[in-house]
Amino acid sequence: MTVAEMSVAGDAIEVRGLRKAYGQEVAVDGLDLAVARGEVFALLGPNGAGKTTTVEILEGYRRRDAGDVSVLGVDPAHATAAWRARVGIVLQGTGEFYELRVEEVVRLFAGYYPNPDDADAVIERVGLLEKRRALTHTLSGGQKRRLDVALGVIGRPELLFLDEPTTGFDPEARREFWELIRALAAGGTTILLTTHYLHEAEALADRVGVINDGRLIAAGPPGELGGRSQSAATVSWLGPGGPESAQTEKPTAFVYALAGRFAGGEIPSLTITRPSLEDAYLAMIDTGSSTKERA
Amino acid sequence: MNTRVATAERSTLTLPTLGLRQGQTELKQFLRSREQVVFTLAFPVLMVVIFGSIFTGELLSSGVKFSQYVVTGMIAASLLTTCFQVLAIQIPIERDRGVLKRFRGTPMPRTVYFLGKILMILVIAVAETIILLAVAMPLVGVSLPTTAADWLTFVWVSLLGITACTLCGIAFSSVARTGRSAPAVVTPVALVLQFISGVFFVFTQLPTWMQQFAALFPLKWMCQGMRSVFLPDAFATQEPTGSWELGKVALVLGAWCVGGLMLCLTTFRWTTKRDG
Repeated sequence: MTVAEMSVAGDAIEVRGLRKAYGQEVAVDGLDLAVARGEVFALLGPNGAGKTTTVEILEGYRRRDAGDVSVLGVDPAHATAAWRARVGIVLQGTGEFYELRVEEVVRLFAGYYPNPDDADAVIERVGLLEKRRALTHTLSGGQKRRLDVALGVIGRPELLFLDEPTTGFDPEARREFWELIRALAAGGTTILLTTHYLHEAEALADRVGVINDGRLIAAGPPGELGGRSQSAATVSWLGPGGPESAQTEKPTAFVYALAGRFAGGEIPSLTITRPSLEDAYLAMIDTGSSTKERA
Repeated sequence: MNTRVATAERSTLTLPTLGLRQGQTELKQFLRSREQVVFTLAFPVLMVVIFGSIFTGELLSSGVKFSQYVVTGMIAASLLTTCFQVLAIQIPIERDRGVLKRFRGTPMPRTVYFLGKILMILVIAVAETIILLAVAMPLVGVSLPTTAADWLTFVWVSLLGITACTLCGIAFSSVARTGRSAPAVVTPVALVLQFISGVFFVFTQLPTWMQQFAALFPLKWMCQGMRSVFLPDAFATQEPTGSWELGKVALVLGAWCVGGLMLCLTTFRWTTKRDG
């Protein structure tokens, strides 16, 4: 699918031919991207692929060298206060406010926005109600990230950027965080998320984009990425001489036939798998880098 | 699809209200960091006590004791420390911690951040000066201004000095590359200025080239202005030109305010260098 096909008038984010270099090093090299309003879009890619550079250009923090960028209909290089009021940002690093309590920081930020959400309600929604009087530097890593999200959504943004929001979370904290993101998405907020965790992208995103070497090399629903819904399934089982496996386009027919070879029709240790998002992703990243080496 | 229609483009709070809120928050942060409070407020007091105890009897002229000369300079120097040094060290740390980057990502008008810092500094500087005077009056025999003209001079020299040093502190905060290097970059500047501007020595006894160099910076003029307030008028003959030169004090400090403001507006960085 090309960007032109995906792009609909009034997309929340539209990027064409984005380019950014730091000296000799090209971080973003002709990237195209479109994110529809109300969509949860996850950007995947290895470290140094250009994810954060791209996101920070969209947030208005960095200048681009070339390309067209429109975020909520505005070029972020000319961001105004009115535009910033419609955009929520959760940066990659946690900014710390020494000697301030959670509720003090949230209230301070609420005052910057024209139409802020209720500070207490937001603190409760991100699960910091019991910590609202705690000094921010005493919070745990996960709690600090919740505060980051509280500050990102306090202005009731139409579009929320989340740059690696759950890095360093334990599994339970990550699940709770996902619920928070799902609730925001259900409320109509467009979300652009970058992450290293493929299962996170799979759990949250309507569509996933893969960045490699500064380009978007694939985009689509997580189930279809890299054509994995159509690719061959792997059937594995325990044969008389040890583990065996086979690739097949028709796993049902294959298993039906296979069952006849075992007494009682029960196949020992049977599994049928299709390529996971991780398999599809790793295959793509591999192809991407070899292309570059040849170039 | 988000159907909410934004009814206002800016915060419903006015700029002064936002600035006041920011100032209250800054002050809260300052007061809660006990070490900072103690060191910022107590260090000049300690210096006054030390100088007041060492140079008890040395007379300069016109009945002015050396300790009175030094303490007058310390009032000016403490303004420099509070305004310039505190900000030039604190802001790079906030930049490193990503606090400034976060502010930049909100619709907060940039001015609000600066207003907050200025309000915090103003409160600390006033408190500092009151404490210094309270200690210096009984210890070294410095007395409060007696005439309205002296009070007026005291107020405008203080305000112009605070403004110039605060703006320079904000501007200088862009020099240090990291929060960790900030004290190393800033402290020598403040310290050298104190030595060459006639805080610890009688200014006119310094080498001429040093006097000329010091005259380029605000502290020398702040000290001179303070001496005109706290020392007898007859002592003016001991100044480099034989007078207090209050017009020149106002001119130089005013010029530093304008220059500092220009530097703030053109060079202030909200993100670290590695952030692009």
